[in-house]
Amino acid sequence: MLEVRDLRISFRTEHGRVRAIDGVSFDVAESEILGVVGESGSGKTISLLAVMGLINDPNAVIEGSIKLRGRELIGLKASEMRKLRGREIAMIFQDPMTAMTPVYTIGWQIAEQIMVHERIGKKAALARAIDLLAEVNIPNPREAIERYPHQLSGGMRQRAVIAMALSCNPALLIADEPTTALDVTVQAQILDLIRKLRRVHKSAIVFITHDMGVIAETADRVMVMYSGRVVERGTKAEILLEPRHPYTKALLDSIPPLEGEKPRRLKSIPGSPPSLLDLPKGCSFGPRCPSRFDKCAEKPPLEGGAHAAACFLKAAP
Amino acid sequence: MLLALIRRFGQMIFVMFGISVLVFLIFFVTPGADPAARIAGRNASPETLEAVRKSFGFDQPVWVQYYTLMKKLFVTQDLTSFVNRGWKVVPAVIDTIPVTLSLVIGAAVLWVIFGLLVGLIAAATRGSWIDKSLMALGLIGCAMPVYWLGEVMNLITQSRYHDSWMFSWVPPLGYKPLTEDPKGWFLTLVIPWITLSILYIGLYGRVLRANLIEAMQEDYIRTARAKGLSETRIMLRHALRTSLISFVTLFGLDFGALVGGAALLTEVVFGLQGVGKLTYDALQNLDLPVIMTTVIYASFFVVLANALVDVVYILLDPRVRSA
Ligand SMILES: Nc1ncnc2c1ncn2[C@@H]1O[C@H](COP(=O)(O)OP(=O)(O)O)[C@@H](O)[C@H]1O
Ligand SMILES: [Mg+2]
Repeated sequence: MLEVRDLRISFRTEHGRVRAIDGVSFDVAESEILGVVGESGSGKTISLLAVMGLINDPNAVIEGSIKLRGRELIGLKASEMRKLRGREIAMIFQDPMTAMTPVYTIGWQIAEQIMVHERIGKKAALARAIDLLAEVNIPNPREAIERYPHQLSGGMRQRAVIAMALSCNPALLIADEPTTALDVTVQAQILDLIRKLRRVHKSAIVFITHDMGVIAETADRVMVMYSGRVVERGTKAEILLEPRHPYTKALLDSIPPLEGEKPRRLKSIPGSPPSLLDLPKGCSFGPRCPSRFDKCAEKPPLEGGAHAAACFLKAAP
Repeated sequence: MLLALIRRFGQMIFVMFGISVLVFLIFFVTPGADPAARIAGRNASPETLEAVRKSFGFDQPVWVQYYTLMKKLFVTQDLTSFVNRGWKVVPAVIDTIPVTLSLVIGAAVLWVIFGLLVGLIAAATRGSWIDKSLMALGLIGCAMPVYWLGEVMNLITQSRYHDSWMFSWVPPLGYKPLTEDPKGWFLTLVIPWITLSILYIGLYGRVLRANLIEAMQEDYIRTARAKGLSETRIMLRHALRTSLISFVTLFGLDFGALVGGAALLTEVVFGLQGVGKLTYDALQNLDLPVIMTTVIYASFFVVLANALVDVVYILLDPRVRSA
């Protein structure tokens, strides 16, 4: 239902043009969960903000093609894009503490979104807000709609934000690290909730995270990003059990094992991601890669069909 | 919410009491000076001094003196000026209040409306020539001294161009009470309103613009965009509401100060007998009872304005309610 082809996003800055996203392509099928994983700064957020049409920076240049159910979104009129946003595609962000306007009640904010997209009265919109809050397991939804955001805990706020995102039954929900700011038990509840919503609403979900552990619990398919490129993609099993790209392997090594004895220290990836202003010539992971060899001075293409990796290793004899 | 309101007004009463005590101490109990001599004014006769002593109870304990003064101010309202023999001070101050209030409220309406418009338009078009010219005009407005601007206004509307079709409607300087002559009240005040508000529109527009632009960077604005709301709606419903806090704070301070006498220059330039003008005259001939009364009146007004600002906070921002 979502087809992104050769997406390129660059920013004009005082140090010249910065290419933040370099030729990213991916698909999302109806009612599947695509996990997008990568260290922070790898371009996960902006590539999906581009899908929302929410890159407002006047210095941004966006090229490529983004098609939602066959309709091209790049170059779409602002007013048309606005009609899609919140109705066809919804997005929830990392920090539930600051995601809602502090001066309006939860119910008001959910009803606002419904009323902007549908011909519906305030009463009916509020009634639907109550149903939505019940659906995301907020206790006493009738009272909760009268609450202000600061009166709810982080987990409850994230539930309210999810309820708001679902209010118009979007075909695609983009969740940008929705659990990163929450503590572990709440995190598990929110992941449960997202899985349940996918079953009930049949929405497709793009789930962004930097945590392979979260990927293991939610995604159907996975896309691994590094410095603005896709370095590997495949089904969850393929990525978790037979990773091909050294970066994917390194990410997997940095999560605690589900069973067995926990290692004293987790391996972290040595070095840090390259600056976008000064990307290495060939493979951008090259400088940090334990298995680097001469061929890595060239840019590896993303090859291999459904389970693809941008690495020369697998091709090497 | 009701509790927060009651608490705020309780505080206000307490502060007003504190101010009255402080003013009393400053004017009456300053060591090394005879308050009776100061109240009686320069070159007072011994009989006048004696009368002052008796009427303010300077031979009695301090708390009785405080009580006597408050009674004269608020209950019997018969505080008299000895410099202007026998002139009743409290009614004189009360007479000037409608003049100052008319001037300041009218100007405040103008500067709030135009301050909001300037701030909103500049923030919505930020970086464009509209934004830049609004900000430049605002800066010019803030930078002009009010007495100069007022004189220029008078020059234009009272003499130079008074006979042209544009300004022939402007009546001569002075104040016409609203209850007796509403049309005259309005016409005489139009030019003073514009003059006084020009000084504030630029400042308020600037502050609001800065706050709006800051608010537009907040996460909840991104959420609002993700909901599919229009930019106008986002600006007016989501950014403006949270940006009004400094606007309201400034307003409380400026409004309180102006009503308390800071509109003096405007009042003098336009010949309005307001609180500022009264205080100014009293200072010139050291008329202590008048000065004292206007000081108390002015500080009460500042305190009241601040309490009202806090009430507006409570209405604007639910987070303040529970605190
Ligand atoms: N407005 C912008 N101007 C310049 N660079 C930007 C802008 N927005 C994002 N970037 C750059 O794009 C890169 C990817 O950012 P982001 O998508 O937020 O990463 P992630 O979500 O994976 O942590 C970052 O290096 C960031 O510095
Ligand atoms: Mg991010």
